[in-house]
Amino acid sequence: MSDAAAVEHGLPGAYEAPLFGAYSKKVGMWLFLASDSLTFGALLFAFSYNRIYTTPWPTPFHVASITNATIMTACLLSSSLTMVMAVFAAQRNDRAWMRNWLVATMAFGTAFIVLHGMEWSKLIDEGLTIPWFLKLGAGASTGELADVSKNTPQFSATFFGLTAMHMLHVTIGVIYLGVMAFRKWFLPVLAVIWIAGALLIPASNVFHYPVHALGIALVVATIILVLKPKVYDAQDVEICGLYWHFVDLVWMFIFPLVYLMSTKIS
Amino acid sequence: MSDAATHDDSKGQYFWVWGALLVLTAVEVVLGYKQVFEPVRMIEVLLILSIIKSALIIGYFMHLKFEKAIMRWMLVISVTACFVIMYCFFFPDADRVKPPPHGVGIQG
Repeated sequence: MSDAAAVEHGLPGAYEAPLFGAYSKKVGMWLFLASDSLTFGALLFAFSYNRIYTTPWPTPFHVASITNATIMTACLLSSSLTMVMAVFAAQRNDRAWMRNWLVATMAFGTAFIVLHGMEWSKLIDEGLTIPWFLKLGAGASTGELADVSKNTPQFSATFFGLTAMHMLHVTIGVIYLGVMAFRKWFLPVLAVIWIAGALLIPASNVFHYPVHALGIALVVATIILVLKPKVYDAQDVEICGLYWHFVDLVWMFIFPLVYLMSTKIS
Repeated sequence: MSDAATHDDSKGQYFWVWGALLVLTAVEVVLGYKQVFEPVRMIEVLLILSIIKSALIIGYFMHLKFEKAIMRWMLVISVTACFVIMYCFFFPDADRVKPPPHGVGIQG
């Protein structure tokens, strides 16, 4: 029974009307997002602090990187629009179109991850590293950006820390969307992607170990789907959308502060 | 969307918001690539544009604009207060410490 109906009829034991005028799952997601925004806020403050404090600040992003990052931004913005359409479809109980829009959102999110991975690989090939990458054998110390890693380590540390945290959130978001769209049928897909990634990504690549995050996500998703199997309704899709829009929102700060503030004029 | 769903849920407004976000992104790219301002001023300008974009995303895509006032204000005030506290910790120190030439003294 809905909150409003329970209160209206004064049923014994009925719980009181929600203070915020929203169902509890939505309030819970908003509170999580508020706390998560502080995580990204701290990372963005750290980056901006170093940006102001450090002179000269490296400018490794020339026109190809800025173009790539702009396309990534367009992907995320478009994914937010398709997510809104998925919520609308869920509200009119049109499950086919809900799934279609969720798949479109996943496609944009996956495109973002792939483009971001390519950007990372390019920068690492050019010598932009952190010590952990060097232990993996990645990150040539002779590239164009080797001096940046040596003389301004705070740039590579804050850049990789901030963008890795965001990339992790996008990855979790795509998996979340997949579970919403396909439920238990998404699990074998996720397992195949994880195993393929683990086998095909060479040990010297920085994504060799992080790809196992997909394995952790597979375990978590399996536990959730086994313990509480259900057909996700419009409220569930809306909550998923809140998370996805938040991922988009965070990038709206990372893109200008990290990329546009470190543009190289050629 | 809001439980009450008393607002106009026309899809057109979401396309307008999406278009506005793309235009604002294009403005940011031009400003950043042309390096129109000095770095500190540039951070301020880009932050203002980012805050406008985030307000559009939160208000329309995340639908906070259509939630109850108590929900809106609780979230906005609490998160803003936390960011103000972070700012108070970080940036007075950034002003106090003069940047050394060529990053000397801060290299690992």
